[in-house]
Amino acid sequence: MTALLPRRGLAQILALIVILAVDRIVSPQFFDLRLQDGRLFGSLIDVLNRGTPVALLSLGMVLVIATRGIDLSVGAVMAISGAIAASLADTHSLAVVLAAALGAGLICGLWNGFLVAVLGMQPIVATLILMVAGRGIAQLITEGRIVTFSSPDLVWLGNGAVLGVPMPVAIALGMLILTGAVVRGSALGLLIEATGGNARASELAGVGTRAMILAVYVWCGICAALAGVIAAADIMGADANNAGLWLELDAILAVVIGGTSLFGGRFSLVLAVLGALIIQTMNTGILLSGYPPEFNLLVKAVVVMTVLLLQSPKFSGIAGIAARLRRSKA
Amino acid sequence: MENSPDPAPSLLEVRGISKSFGAVRALQEVDFTLRAGEIHALLGENGAGKSTLIKVITGVFPRDAGIVRLGGEEVAPRSAKAALQAGIATVYQEVNLLPNLSVAQNLFLDRQPMRFGIVREGEMRRRAKALLTDFGLDIDVAAALGSYSVAIQHVTAIARAVDLSARVLILDEPTASLDRHEVEILFGIMRQLAKRGIGIVFVSHFLDQVYEISDRITVLRNGRLVGERETASLPRLELIRMMLGRELAETTSARASAGEHRAREVCASFENYGKAGYVAPFNLELRHGEVVGLAGLLGSGRTETARLVFGAERADGGQATVEGAPVRLQSPRDGVRHGFGYCPEERKTDGIVAELTVRENIVLALQAKRGLHRPLSRREQDEIASRYVRMLDIRPPDPERAVGLLSGGNQQKVLLARWLATSPRLLVLDEPTRGIDVGAHAEIIRLIRELCDDGLALLVISSELDEIVTYSDRVVVLRDRAHVEELAGEAIDVGNILAAIAADSVAVALEAHT
Repeated sequence: MTALLPRRGLAQILALIVILAVDRIVSPQFFDLRLQDGRLFGSLIDVLNRGTPVALLSLGMVLVIATRGIDLSVGAVMAISGAIAASLADTHSLAVVLAAALGAGLICGLWNGFLVAVLGMQPIVATLILMVAGRGIAQLITEGRIVTFSSPDLVWLGNGAVLGVPMPVAIALGMLILTGAVVRGSALGLLIEATGGNARASELAGVGTRAMILAVYVWCGICAALAGVIAAADIMGADANNAGLWLELDAILAVVIGGTSLFGGRFSLVLAVLGALIIQTMNTGILLSGYPPEFNLLVKAVVVMTVLLLQSPKFSGIAGIAARLRRSKA
Repeated sequence: MENSPDPAPSLLEVRGISKSFGAVRALQEVDFTLRAGEIHALLGENGAGKSTLIKVITGVFPRDAGIVRLGGEEVAPRSAKAALQAGIATVYQEVNLLPNLSVAQNLFLDRQPMRFGIVREGEMRRRAKALLTDFGLDIDVAAALGSYSVAIQHVTAIARAVDLSARVLILDEPTASLDRHEVEILFGIMRQLAKRGIGIVFVSHFLDQVYEISDRITVLRNGRLVGERETASLPRLELIRMMLGRELAETTSARASAGEHRAREVCASFENYGKAGYVAPFNLELRHGEVVGLAGLLGSGRTETARLVFGAERADGGQATVEGAPVRLQSPRDGVRHGFGYCPEERKTDGIVAELTVRENIVLALQAKRGLHRPLSRREQDEIASRYVRMLDIRPPDPERAVGLLSGGNQQKVLLARWLATSPRLLVLDEPTRGIDVGAHAEIIRLIRELCDDGLALLVISSELDEIVTYSDRVVVLRDRAHVEELAGEAIDVGNILAAIAADSVAVALEAHT
């Protein structure tokens, strides 16, 4: 694998180009852009816009996975924060709405982090608790209804634009830069990678591995909450049953496509976001092609399988042996 | 103890077995002979090659060279299952059976009595019952194996192995988790099986048990055969010497004399420090510019002492002092904060982060010590990494290579570099030369002395007594999880260390020497 890839990220960029090219074939107007009411429109912009929630989720998820964890609760956290935002939007200022929604995400992250880092529960089980309970909490907040709102501030967050760029895209970009600055600007990145690579060794080297693990779950919760607010703002309402449903799987997929191993260690924020865009480009392409959306799931499954096969040492071992056999026969 | 009659036929003959893992030679031309009807102890410290030898004999690892003969015929099993079919059965310390299945199911797993494609449960239970009665067990064979004690699980595993027509039975640390009474039961069964002509290989580090049960002893050290002796005519001191020391070369320490190190400043001291059930309270003073060696057999409390000193394990009593000020060592972070460093014995699981680069591994402890907010810039990292790569001659000299791809010796150097980068006052090294090829071995020892000359305090654990004698200013000897003796200056020699380890048998030893 590494011999084929002179630099990290090449495979993802190539994949994106291939999928974009396919999209261009099924939809000749795919690359068309137009400016209308101070906002860019077009299929590409649509990809970015629709891809925002998963991109935001993947920013948190990639850090969690880098510590050898996983967070299944992000979809449920989206539902909670969306429900909170929608319930408060028409009666409170945007600042209060955001503080409440993101605060809820922070608490959810602390809960997950507490279970994993302090109680030592397996991440997949620990976060499963909130995955199930979280949607219930969201339904309690909305009292089982779809809560709609009309607060222009919050609506702007989902549908407005800055310098022609849709707000969700601008927010996701801002979060990418912020996360990158925090993680790579401090020693956090190295210490997270060390924790995920070998927690025992890192602990013995004096790394506060528990604090690292707690921190990544908190950040994951906040990212999920922000994604939930944007998703609610987009549809001007909160649907506790369906908001963020199954998106945890897309986020995990995005991270894996971005080359971060589920066994922890090395991670890349940019590639995780790129992974989210690859998924969305596929989704949009299939929609545009006129094939039924069910195909989407199949195509996704094939992509997951390909990526996981490429990552599995056994498979590359088999591939290596096969290559050697071919060479020796030749 | 029974002495088998001398012309007993050899049942299992192992000749010239060699096995390497990468650059590490785990076994070098090892011979081993097991007679029918004898209990043969296979001894050696950690890393001596006992497990590798067993795994090579049973086909778990392929061998590089050598032959194995069973009853005169050459065998080369390619898996543990094939070995079992050939008649060589192994029961490991952790019983490899299925605790959720019944005792009977475990006994007849893979060979259940069948009729018309259906397992004959009743028949199976009846046969299981009969089989276990032979072993003096009268238990409900329909109950889950996991509901019984470890001893019964062991006996079940042995019964299964023997019933599979085993001629050779290898027991790897079978008594480690048994109490005295259970050990008696097991020994009874072992003797009974030996009478039936089965050859038993007994791996253990409980020397009392070895003397109680075994007819002969084979000792391995560093992957080589040290010797094969009749148990009855091998004094305990001699045995320990075979396990630990190459030769009883009276190499006294070339280091400072006792008078000199009194003048040295105390770096860290531990008073009445200990933890119940872990290591008995000890007093230990570590001084700048001085190497203290920890000697003792495997399981004597060496690593435990190291972990307490570093803070990887919390003491439940006593007082630690660093440069005269009392401190609390609750976690590795505390140790690091007070300027301690610790290179653990298990390099791969507790030391390196294999996936990260040499550079990242080297700066890890320093970065953890500085905290999140003061990241080392890439330039600083590069500078630190290349300085230590040069200083310790880490090969290949590429700081961007993943540490997992380096040899054991170079990984050890990376770990040393990790701690040196933190400018420590005390370094704790647990078996720093284990599993390292000969060249790197000498280099690490040279480094230890240099570091010491630079004023560092060092606490070094090693099973290599020659090695400890070479670099230590003082040697603390441990036995049964307690510090039993401290040797300094002239008194440091292999003989004295061995005598302290084998204290009970000192009288015997002295007789043997004269």
